[in-house]
Amino acid sequence: MDMLDLKELGVRGVNSVLHDLSKSRAKSYKINNPMGQHSIACGLDAPMQIKIEGHVGFYCGGMNQHAEIKVNGHAGVGLAENMMSGRIQVSGNASESAGATAHGGLLVIDGDASSRCGISMKGVDIVVGGSVGHMSAFMAQSGCLVICGDAGDALGDSIYEAVIFVRGKVASLGTDCIEKEMRPEHQAKLKELLEASSLQADSTEFRRYGSARTLYNFDVDNADAY
Amino acid sequence: MDLPVLFIILMLITLTHIKFIAMKQNIPRTQPRKSATFDDYTLSEIRRAAVSGIYDIRGGGSKRVLPGLDDLLFLGASMSRYPLEGYREACGTDVVLGTRFAKNPIQLKIPITIAGMSFGSLSAQAKEALGRGATIAGTSTTTGDGGMTPEERGQSEILIYQYLPSRYGMNPDDLRKADAIEVVVGQGAKPGGGGMLLGQKISDRVAEMRNLPKGIDQRSACRHPDWTGPDDLEIKINELREITDWEKPIYIKIGGARPYYDTALSVKAGADVIVIDGMQGGTAATQEVFIEHVGQPTLACIRPAVKALQDMGMHRKVQLIVSGGIRNGADVAKALALGADAVSIGTAAMVALGDNDPELEKEYQKLGTTAGAYDDWHEGQDPAGISTQDPELSKRLDPVMAGRRLANYLKVMALEAQTVTRACGKSHVLNLEPEDLVALTVESAAMAQVPLAGTDWIPGKNHG
Amino acid sequence: MCGIVGLYLKNVELQAQLGCMFKPMLIEMSSRGPDSAGVAIYRNPVKAGQTKFSLAHDDSGFLWETLETNLAASLNCEVATLKVANHCILVTDAAETEVISWLQTNHPEVRIVGSGKSIEIFKEVGPPEKVYEQFELVHASGTHMIGHTRMATESAVTTAGSHPFATGADLCLVHNGSLSNHNILRNNLEREGIKFQTENDTEVAGAYMTWKIRSGATLRQALEDGIKEIDGFYTFCIGTQDGFAVVRDPIACKHAVMAETDDWVAMATEFRAIAHLPGSEQARIWEPEPSTIYVWGEQ
Repeated sequence: MDMLDLKELGVRGVNSVLHDLSKSRAKSYKINNPMGQHSIACGLDAPMQIKIEGHVGFYCGGMNQHAEIKVNGHAGVGLAENMMSGRIQVSGNASESAGATAHGGLLVIDGDASSRCGISMKGVDIVVGGSVGHMSAFMAQSGCLVICGDAGDALGDSIYEAVIFVRGKVASLGTDCIEKEMRPEHQAKLKELLEASSLQADSTEFRRYGSARTLYNFDVDNADAY
Repeated sequence: MDLPVLFIILMLITLTHIKFIAMKQNIPRTQPRKSATFDDYTLSEIRRAAVSGIYDIRGGGSKRVLPGLDDLLFLGASMSRYPLEGYREACGTDVVLGTRFAKNPIQLKIPITIAGMSFGSLSAQAKEALGRGATIAGTSTTTGDGGMTPEERGQSEILIYQYLPSRYGMNPDDLRKADAIEVVVGQGAKPGGGGMLLGQKISDRVAEMRNLPKGIDQRSACRHPDWTGPDDLEIKINELREITDWEKPIYIKIGGARPYYDTALSVKAGADVIVIDGMQGGTAATQEVFIEHVGQPTLACIRPAVKALQDMGMHRKVQLIVSGGIRNGADVAKALALGADAVSIGTAAMVALGDNDPELEKEYQKLGTTAGAYDDWHEGQDPAGISTQDPELSKRLDPVMAGRRLANYLKVMALEAQTVTRACGKSHVLNLEPEDLVALTVESAAMAQVPLAGTDWIPGKNHG
Repeated sequence: MCGIVGLYLKNVELQAQLGCMFKPMLIEMSSRGPDSAGVAIYRNPVKAGQTKFSLAHDDSGFLWETLETNLAASLNCEVATLKVANHCILVTDAAETEVISWLQTNHPEVRIVGSGKSIEIFKEVGPPEKVYEQFELVHASGTHMIGHTRMATESAVTTAGSHPFATGADLCLVHNGSLSNHNILRNNLEREGIKFQTENDTEVAGAYMTWKIRSGATLRQALEDGIKEIDGFYTFCIGTQDGFAVVRDPIACKHAVMAETDDWVAMATEFRAIAHLPGSEQARIWEPEPSTIYVWGEQ
């Protein structure tokens, strides 16, 4: 593994190396001294392995494609935002809007995620070992959000076709989000995600939540929901 | 009393009574008068609301009479100012956008760009036509809420990629293919807009691009999902620069709300280019209440935005694009004279392609409207085939022909702007100044900060 | 729109390094707030019966000694002044209201930036690094400090518009976000007799707190009422005599992070400000919940 010292190179220095596909394509890198800086390892576009030792700031791994990023620490706002593919895992907690608008890949948060986890998600799978904050999965379009701990208020407000699995308590459900029946295909998908995340959890202890689909076509008698 | 006397008295009373009745039947009626407050449009809207239980949604920009660029006039040449010869004496129209931070600024041949309009609100043929026309004219087009299509990237030599709250279709590959990135904070038709866009049915191709179920009503986020405020936008812009290795200019687009502060904050957030869109700016579909009652007229936004740039020493260093009801070369020249670097057109471009053409009047009538008034674009029944996804209707638009029409129209606007500029004695459109203008009304004089014609008076500035 | 930071030292042995530890926290927030900066430092508590004022004057050549002499004579009291750039720390045993009255009458151009037993507030237009240097803070010692870097939103970049805003004895407020009903609140507070110097939304939040506490509310009660009555997006950090308080609005879009070790408690708009503190890598890190009041150092 090649070492990159962010204290020495700065964010631009580190990202330039990682973006230089002529050198970095099949490589693995360790990034030291992230110092909570922003946009570390964002815009990666090749199947490389990145390990970041320490806490990262906003938008770590933003728009990630193909790469595998592991953060040994906490992550700030927008971790893995708009990720397309690949895998990002954080050993600590993630701040607001983790996995925002992401289209694919797998995001694993070993600790807790803050509010708006999976906001507007468009196909990504997110597995959270701890709890998530309020407004998680707001306007979530597709993909799976797995919460091993509890969920905060307004879970899945205005949700489309994304699926939420929760093991712990749900403080409250958002508009148009309801508990749904756990069928074998859901169990299978959940089991697959838990295994992929390497978080220890029993898939039979989860409940499923999803869209009631009452907001899909306007009905004047439902106007209160808006 | 005698009977005959009684009889006579009774007759007199009856005759008088009959006379009064006859008079009453000849009283003329007053002229029927409609209320200015409860005019025909308002009455029809109340009836519509009473039946539907939901707000009205339409496309386009503000339709009411507003103070605008028509209220300004150029002074032209005279004893102290001498004109340039047309044809022989050059008058430049080129402009460079995004010189502040980007490695590759945008070079345009004319200071008129095509504003963001989504594939989804427009047909693929219309997007292709816009790309063709803009490329012939040497300018840029902009994607809209829904992402980049291969047709548009293929046809448009210079393509600006919008970064919106919805993030529909957003991906790094397209981000890298773009020539510039436009972060949308808002637009003139709906500063702060979002909410349910009811009745805007999503077609199959659009549903797939946006990752939404087919046929549902579309919901629209009003805030970005992962940042709020210019201090956090600064961090987001840096992320976009990091992802694209600092090559591309970053625009920030804002509706006409607080143009002075919005411009200053955009500079502080790190913008290369700022786009200010006034209330005449169109939209594919939004609530009517937004279009007509939120946001300021374009004319009211230009001088404050320019002043903010000047106060920060950033005028011409961070470029300003003005949009919202730009229609002709005079509008272009006036916006530039007030300090803008370029303008952007949306509605006008659609009209150039063939939108609201009187030749289709019969079909507009079938839709319950008339040519020039048709704005229910979200219903997807556009007879011109422009603001629709219907395959039969969209076939009606020939992208090559329509592209040619757009290029012609852009050329005319540029020629008109040059004509006016030469008449003011300048060899480049960016050398136009506020001092080349006067205003016809007190409002426009105050908004543009130019004198009322025939006086030295600029309301709020001096006494003339 | 801004950056806010706060540092409270649990370990008294670190007090001599307060200013040194705090500096990189504030500087790290410069990109969020390039227009102006301000800090409130809690140090050198005055004796019983005394009050400490933080004063400022636009003219850095202003003669504070003359003011000191005149005030002592007029109110027949003890006065000591210490000039720090264009600010001045004034300690006196005269009654606070009398001093304020005297200043407003005799020196209306002197800004009363803060007052209390141990608080000192310094704030000025300019990049945070310059402001910190100007007020010689890097060697300061004290118990706790809160700071602010400002990106002005809907009001001008002026010293008066800078944070922290004093809200009462040893109380001050810094704010990240943008309020939306401050104009109505300002009108109401003006009718209660409160005077305003700026169009700034934060000044209104500070004045609201002042008025509530003056009317008998505790800090917690004032903040609870504030959550209900103040509209918009905000993270507030309030400096108190014993520590600081943090509160976020119900929607909580403006990021805030807290960190704690055995030696200190810190808060910041972004973690990278906290990253500079010794032990930050192993600190307990969490985010304040919306509509929840957190208070440290309460006695």
